[in-house]
Amino acid sequence: MTVPAPFYLALSAVLFTLGTVGVLARRSALIVFMSVELMLNAVNLTLVTFARLRGGVDGQVVVFFVLVVAAAEVVIGLAIIVNIFHTRETVDVDDVDLLRG
Amino acid sequence: MTYAVWIPLLPLLGWVVNGLWGQRWGRRPVAAVACGTVVAAFAVGLALLRALSALPPDARHVEVDLYRWFAAGPVAVPMRLLVDPLSVVMVLVVTGVGALIHIYSVGYMGDDDGFARYFAYLNLFMASMLTLVLADNLVVMFIGWEGVGLCSYLLIAFWFTRPAAAAAGVKAFLVTRLGDVGFLLGIFLAFGIFGTVEFGAMTRDAATRLPLGGAAAVALCLLLFLGATGKSAQLPLYIWLPDAMEGPTPVSALIHAATMVTAGVFMIVRMHAVYLRAPLAMDVVAIVGAVTAIFAAASALVEPDLKRVLAYSTISQLGYMFLAVGVGAWGAGIFHLTSHAFFKALLFLAAGSVMHALGGTTDMRQMGGLAKPLPQTAAMFGIGALALAGIPPLTGFFSKDQILSAAFRHGDIVLWAVGLAAAGLTAVYIVRAFVLTFLGAPAPSAAGDAASAHAPHEAPPVMSVPIQSLALLTVLGGALGLSFTRPGVLERFLAPVFVASAPNPAEAGGGGSEVLLVSASIAVALAGVGLAWAIYRMRTLRGESPAVHAVLAHQFYVEDLYNAVVAAPARGLARAFELFDREGVDGLVMVIARGVGGGGAWLRRVQTGYLRQYAALVLIGVILFLAYWVSR
Repeated sequence: MTVPAPFYLALSAVLFTLGTVGVLARRSALIVFMSVELMLNAVNLTLVTFARLRGGVDGQVVVFFVLVVAAAEVVIGLAIIVNIFHTRETVDVDDVDLLRG
Repeated sequence: MTYAVWIPLLPLLGWVVNGLWGQRWGRRPVAAVACGTVVAAFAVGLALLRALSALPPDARHVEVDLYRWFAAGPVAVPMRLLVDPLSVVMVLVVTGVGALIHIYSVGYMGDDDGFARYFAYLNLFMASMLTLVLADNLVVMFIGWEGVGLCSYLLIAFWFTRPAAAAAGVKAFLVTRLGDVGFLLGIFLAFGIFGTVEFGAMTRDAATRLPLGGAAAVALCLLLFLGATGKSAQLPLYIWLPDAMEGPTPVSALIHAATMVTAGVFMIVRMHAVYLRAPLAMDVVAIVGAVTAIFAAASALVEPDLKRVLAYSTISQLGYMFLAVGVGAWGAGIFHLTSHAFFKALLFLAAGSVMHALGGTTDMRQMGGLAKPLPQTAAMFGIGALALAGIPPLTGFFSKDQILSAAFRHGDIVLWAVGLAAAGLTAVYIVRAFVLTFLGAPAPSAAGDAASAHAPHEAPPVMSVPIQSLALLTVLGGALGLSFTRPGVLERFLAPVFVASAPNPAEAGGGGSEVLLVSASIAVALAGVGLAWAIYRMRTLRGESPAVHAVLAHQFYVEDLYNAVVAAPARGLARAFELFDREGVDGLVMVIARGVGGGGAWLRRVQTGYLRQYAALVLIGVILFLAYWVSR
């Protein structure tokens, strides 16, 4: 027995919303970062769902790209966060406002 | 005759070579290049003369096509040279006198640091003038016309570290520019009337396209004449020439004798067919010429500076030339141009020798008794002075006499009388200059110089040989027009160029009146010489009543008039424009700039630096996009 597609999509929407709220509401850079990952994987879930629905593989291929990019992003993002912590002794995103006009 | 192109090209090459590499070379190669190119151009001119003389008189009009310069719609301007008797005579005068001045300059400028620069400019000057005289149309002539203007600026301001020289250069450039505006408008008008600016076509079509005495002809002639007054230093645009004496003396000789100032006379002779259609304009030319002749001669009477006396004398003699072309005596005008080139170059180079001997003094009040240390220079200057005064058998006598008799036969008794009076004044002022410089007791400073190590000395051969050559030309040049009853050699050679000329004496009433006219000229010249001798032999500069002296010394206050009428309003206008520029144009720019700056300052508050706010804004944006798409 297969689970119908709307369930996957609903799960994806819930995950995405959770990620969005996390990004907007939390102040710790690490949590924000994890929330972004959550949003990425919600999108991945959507892509896979639709790929299954249509019987093609292109959606699944795109998921691979997203995973690779996300991995790279994690490396760079964590490095940046570590550096910010070194210089400022904080990872609160509201304290990092060098670009304020 | 394609080789005619080498005439302007050779000095141009000299300019390029000396201008690019002359600074690194010694003086000898620079002088060789500069003089060599001009002498070679003279040789080419002689070859042209030979080739042209071999043709029948009616065929002496050869157009040398080089390339098509530009064409726009019905307007086409070819780069083309015109070889005819007139241009060949001008080429020979310009290159011949120019070559002598070049050689003289080698000695005169020998110690100057700007030796290469000087000769580069001199060659460019020659190239411009030769382009001007060889041009086949007004636009090509305009290249040379502007070229000599540029070179006069460069050479008058040659010693640019001296403020007076720099100012004189700027003045020469700006004043002649004023006339050039008229010349340029004249070219446009000629395009409009003839549809072409080629001299041959204009000469041919003048009679059909221009109604006799019509407004178009008068306007065209007067506009061109305005250009001529600027370039040839006639009233009212003469004021740059006396100041031009700030340049090196050979440059003055070049400007006055060979290049530059004769351009106006030449241009009118070139356009004579057009001028013949506008008798009114010709009268204006003749009157301006006659008034300038006597005006400048009077100004020269009280001038204490030797070179400036010669400058006024040039203005005065150019007035004679304009008088000649104004009464239709084209040949006489060119003849006087030629003879003036000889004796004026002679006078300037002799004056340069005096300056050379005295270490740069030009004030005649500090000279005197120089005939003893400088016998040769004194003799040469004397020959030039007598030629200028119009004493037979020197060349100035023949040419001036031709002009006066042409004016008389033309029926302008008043113009003739003015010219005759100016001739008398000419004799007075040049004899005054000679006496003050060379005779009498040595002035205090000259005596002091004689006592010191820097005694006055004759110039080296490189300077004296050109002077002697010019003296020879001055003595023999009269042969070009030696004839009272029929046109002289020069005039007969030039005759095919002109569609109509003044009637020659034989046709116009026999030799009886001619003898009277000639006697009158000689009598006036001799009287002038005698009078000046009597007055100035006593070594008094104050032979004049103070009131007259003041008026003459200020050149009838023309310069002050310029200041009041032209300079002051121009300055006021400039101030008004400055205000408008600062408050109006700049103000508008500042308003825009302040608006942009204020907007930026306001907008920068959007950049809060809060990452989460940016993210929220992105989210809102995405939602709005989606809402728009879904609702569509």
